[in-house]
Amino acid sequence: MKWSELFTSSIGKKWVMALTGIFLILFLIVHVSLNATIWANDGGKMFEAGAHFMGSNIVPRVLEIGLMLGILLHIVQGIMLELQNRSKRKKGYAVAMGNKGSKWYSRSMGLLGTLILLFLIMHFIHFWIPNRSNQGWLLGPEISLYEKMKEVFQVNWVVLLYVLGCFSLAWHLLHGFQSAFRTIGVTNKKYLRLLNVIGIGFSIIVPLAFALMPISFYLGWIE
Amino acid sequence: MEHSMINLTLKIWRQKNAATPGKFETYPVKNISIEMSFLEMIDVLNEELISDGKDPIAFDHDCREGICGACSMYINGRPHGPWHANTTCQLHMRAYKDGDTIVIEPWRANAFPVIKDLVVDRTAFDRIIQAGGYISVNTGNAVDANAMPVERDNAESAFAAAACIGCGACVAACKNSSALLFVSAKVSHLALLPQGGPERKSRAMSMVAQMDKEGFGSCTNTGACEAVCPKEISIENIARLNREYMMAGAVSDK
Ligand code: HEM
Ligand code: SF4
Ligand code: FES
Repeated sequence: MKWSELFTSSIGKKWVMALTGIFLILFLIVHVSLNATIWANDGGKMFEAGAHFMGSNIVPRVLEIGLMLGILLHIVQGIMLELQNRSKRKKGYAVAMGNKGSKWYSRSMGLLGTLILLFLIMHFIHFWIPNRSNQGWLLGPEISLYEKMKEVFQVNWVVLLYVLGCFSLAWHLLHGFQSAFRTIGVTNKKYLRLLNVIGIGFSIIVPLAFALMPISFYLGWIE
Repeated sequence: MEHSMINLTLKIWRQKNAATPGKFETYPVKNISIEMSFLEMIDVLNEELISDGKDPIAFDHDCREGICGACSMYINGRPHGPWHANTTCQLHMRAYKDGDTIVIEPWRANAFPVIKDLVVDRTAFDRIIQAGGYISVNTGNAVDANAMPVERDNAESAFAAAACIGCGACVAACKNSSALLFVSAKVSHLALLPQGGPERKSRAMSMVAQMDKEGFGSCTNTGACEAVCPKEISIENIARLNREYMMAGAVSDK
């Protein structure tokens, strides 16, 4: 197999989607854990300490480049995959198969991914871009992300968009989590059953925790 | 079951050949015995069309007992009709009620172009098999069947995968028009047995390469293929092929 076949062969593409998907899942664990420190309800002390480490230390900042490349690869490959797959049936059916045999969210990974992408653009504009530009894109002084969150999450429609973004992520993961492990070749029934349970739990708990963050600020549960 | 007759409305895709655009035609059919098979019902309609001097509906069929995989029909939004683990030829009219409308379409995929009416060209599958779905056997006397030990679970899984009849329903059902269930069944069947050992790596790579060349899409594990497969081929085979392909690809020199 040539290296280029990771991006051209049907199974090569699957592997790239799965590995970058699992990488993003691992990132979500870090992201949700760090952000959960807002519930320490200490006026953002613990959260700011974590955010400061992630923003000012060279190691997480170098890893961040890897994260960006991974996200970019997942998105570009995902959009290409969706477009190419759609082109494989020029003449469609008069009667759609619908839910006879597959779940709507399994068939909507491209759409759900696009919704996540739109969410991500808004999310970057809210936090990442103001912070990094304040830092001169290097290791300069950061802004207070805790104060920023307080400010951003005062607006009801912004909170709503964040919650919708979390819904898209939940459905994307509900298919994606178990699918990724099938893609990397897990056939063992014992592990597939376990991964299925972990996948459902992850797809509910992580997006729910994320969704509760803007809600917590909006409803004044945390100061 | 009580013997009864039903009347139906059929909407069937008619297309002269690959070059002309087709369209749906509506045909009322009367006095269909519920004991008939679906294909017998089409036979009855075709007899009428012929006696009226019209062109009968072209459709693929051969064994009419669920083992050859020829009878490709997409019926009311599902390949092979409403019954689980079933082929069109084994679908019987007791599945329908008097007055029902049934829409019948050919398999749809760029890789399966329509030849005429409901008949599609599935030779892409033959070319995928030619690319690697074989084993090398020495000539000379046949070896005793039990000479080579096979682990029981592997033998069972290989046998289950070998049940694929190459009907193409998996492609017809898949939103991506992916042929991966078919290819993975053929690869698994041989990869799980010692006889398939010598070509194991080249087989996975060349069959997938041929599949891509034929214009099938890329699998995203939706599971629609498994749900409609008349032989209940498991998508576990797809996971196995993903592994076979990457293991072979990772160690190949090219
Ligand atoms: C944090 C965000 C995201 C996570 C955690 C994530 C995770 C995953 C996972 C685990 C898979 C399954 C891979 C497989 O089946 O082998 C997947 C597939 C996919 N993702 Fe994402 N993804 C994210 C964002 C996106 C974005 C922004 C897009 C962009 C358009 C996208 C588009 C897709 C597509 C099209 C697939 C292929 C469907 C499939 O193979 O099942 N994803 N994703
Ligand atoms: S895998 Fe099933 S649906 Fe696909 S060709 Fe084989 S028998 Fe038909
Ligand atoms: S005609 Fe042979 S399987 Fe239906």
